[in-house]
Amino acid sequence: MKQRALRAALPLTLPVCVGFLTLGTSYGFLMQSQGLGFLLTLLSSLFVFAGSLQFVSVGLLLAGFDPLHVFFLTLMINARHLFYGLSMLEQYRGLGWKKVYLIFGMCDETFSIHCAARPPEGVDKGWFLFFITLLDHLYWIAGSALGALLGRLIRFDATGLDFVMTALFVVIFLNQWDESPTHRPALTGAGCALLCLALFGSENFLLPAMGLILLCLSLGLRPARKEANAQ
Amino acid sequence: MTDLQMLLTIAVLAAGTVLTRFLPFWVFPEGKQPPAFVSRLGQVLPTAVIGMLVVYCLKDAPASAWHGLPEALAIAFIVLLHRLWKNTLLSIAGGTALYMFLLQSVLR
Repeated sequence: MKQRALRAALPLTLPVCVGFLTLGTSYGFLMQSQGLGFLLTLLSSLFVFAGSLQFVSVGLLLAGFDPLHVFFLTLMINARHLFYGLSMLEQYRGLGWKKVYLIFGMCDETFSIHCAARPPEGVDKGWFLFFITLLDHLYWIAGSALGALLGRLIRFDATGLDFVMTALFVVIFLNQWDESPTHRPALTGAGCALLCLALFGSENFLLPAMGLILLCLSLGLRPARKEANAQ
Repeated sequence: MTDLQMLLTIAVLAAGTVLTRFLPFWVFPEGKQPPAFVSRLGQVLPTAVIGMLVVYCLKDAPASAWHGLPEALAIAFIVLLHRLWKNTLLSIAGGTALYMFLLQSVLR
């Protein structure tokens, strides 16, 4: 049963394999280039397993110890997972202990596969979803470990490598832009953030930006619902 | 930071991530439907958050030595690559490579 589920899950994860090996390697390399060791990289990829946050965390680990700031920044950067969870309430229902790991490992890429994928006939859904999450997790761990090791072996000017995170978000932004029928949410997010950046400065703008985004989106939803009701 | 403080920071990162991933499942246990408003918000919030994260990444660019010029050029290159081939990894690699090249060789 497990083998069939693994065989069904593996091909779906291959694009993520390429992506995570590349991005994971960049992450490990970046950590190493900033003097943050192999063990720290490995622990982070094993237990945090959230790509965007881990890239942001490189800067946090180099700054002074401030757990409260780190905690709130984590909540904000990962707030989107709240909504992934809401979309997966049905999909993960009744899967027992596997459900705990599925929720733990629900990164953007795994979520996007779980959204669309249905197990082939005769394949157990729980194991199928489990192997997708597990494989993605392993790719990420392997990639970051590889990057951290390469960072030790190769001497290389890494100035500017941190831009890989910006590039990742820009590309996700472009993909969402092309796929969504309305650009209002994307513009709201970027616009509110820019406004708050101008008002509050680069150190303190994220929290007010998040509040303003929630406010604008909530206000924006009401007319949309009325229109839908009127039709 | 000491090693212990770094480990604690990683633990906080992990705990915060676990919280955001598990919370919906705690609030709406099996057999309970979330309100329609929350589901609607869930559809638009991910897109808005990515827009915010792009701004977050660029927050220090205007105050840097070249006032965001290498960032602007690299992002323009990413948009171009992505319009031509729509290959996520190629666009990320191309944009990052150009940015590193600009910073290390041209705009020193």
